[in-house]
Amino acid sequence: MSVWEYANPRRFMAVSARLLPWVAGAAALLCAAGLTWGLFFTPEDFRMGHSVKIIYIHVPSAFVAINAWFMMLVASLIWLVRRHHVSALAARAAAPIGLVMTLVALLTGAIWGKPMWGTYWAWDPRLTAFLILGLFYLGYIALWSAIEAQDAAADLTSILCLVGTVFAVLSRYAAQFWNQGLHQGASLSLDAEENISDVFWQPLVLSIAGFTLLFLALVLLRTRTEIRRRRLHSLSLKARLA
Amino acid sequence: MSALLLRDLRLAVRAGGGFGLGLVFFLILATLVPLAVGPRPDLLAPVAPGILWLGALLACLLSLDRIFALDAEDGSLDLLATAPLPLAGVATTKALAHWVTTGLPLALAAGPLSLLLFLPPGALPWLLLALLLGTPALSWLGTFGAALTVGLRRGSLLLSLLVLPLYIPTLVFGAEVVRRGAAGLPVATPLALLAAITLGCVALLPFATAAALRVNLR
Repeated sequence: MSVWEYANPRRFMAVSARLLPWVAGAAALLCAAGLTWGLFFTPEDFRMGHSVKIIYIHVPSAFVAINAWFMMLVASLIWLVRRHHVSALAARAAAPIGLVMTLVALLTGAIWGKPMWGTYWAWDPRLTAFLILGLFYLGYIALWSAIEAQDAAADLTSILCLVGTVFAVLSRYAAQFWNQGLHQGASLSLDAEENISDVFWQPLVLSIAGFTLLFLALVLLRTRTEIRRRRLHSLSLKARLA
Repeated sequence: MSALLLRDLRLAVRAGGGFGLGLVFFLILATLVPLAVGPRPDLLAPVAPGILWLGALLACLLSLDRIFALDAEDGSLDLLATAPLPLAGVATTKALAHWVTTGLPLALAAGPLSLLLFLPPGALPWLLLALLLGTPALSWLGTFGAALTVGLRRGSLLLSLLVLPLYIPTLVFGAEVVRRGAAGLPVATPLALLAAITLGCVALLPFATAAALRVNLR
């Protein structure tokens, strides 16, 4: 019994139906716990005051936005190598979620930036790279929706995802080269000497886990919807033929 | 390969292949910018490197959808796919033909146009060098985008949406070379990075282009 057996749509539907409530429930629980803890039971930062609390939405959404693209890359590779339809559909399902998370990260950053930096937007490398990531999501989604033939669409978007990944990373470093940053450095690294204080860190990790599970639940749900839509399509074709 | 290259060049130059269109677009853009922002040299000179790069990039974009569309329409793309030349070779030739008819003239035209925008004379050699080094990446990336959208009926808008984000690193480093050249700073680092992007595109993208073409010809 290998992991690839779950690539069978029927099997995937059975397993995901059992899994989905648990993942969704855990996501709701962790998001609620992390956000409540973060928003109501943490001290205020001595410089930033209340506005530090937007971190509990900003950082998790940025984390998910980047890793959603990574997940799409892996799913695209699996589709190109092993031709499992579920994989291609999961990549398709993840893209709009990643786009929304990118927008959430940019918006919360802008809301935080106005009182703290005195501006909604700065051409900081991180901000720029994130905006560019959003553009890549848009192109990917547009290509999926433009092509009628499903398998061709999956192939072409997978190729675009591979090339796009290289250029998204390149753009990130190009942006770093191009302008000085205003955004603070990483404050959650596992290998750093100094991270943010534990009082902020613990609820933040909780809400990151919550957002990741939320992403998983949404991907499962959207993949299931996509599989059902395809089934419906083939059934209606069959009915028309009969 | 050379036969295909010559055929594509001839088609581009003759029969309204749009050879001059990109150049004219570039000229019009360089005319419109001073009209939009004002004629003052102190205003135009700092933005001239960026405007010239942006103009070259957009002019390059104009002719992308012709790379494969005409061949796909009359069926010669199927013939090319079954020819003894590997499909990645076809992609390379197509990109090279696009560069010779678009990128190269644009790079050469940027010199006179830079006078219109008051680019500092010291930056002119860097502008030419950066465009010569950078525009091949634009053509190769554009060929890849054209291969992705060749099966679509109204693909040209989508093509620009797909290709423009891919142009970002080239634009950043290319404009940076000229900006540093204008300021008299050392340009070796962005120049090397620009060359690296172009060489990487030329070496690897034809395979992605060929894969996309194969999907679209299925």
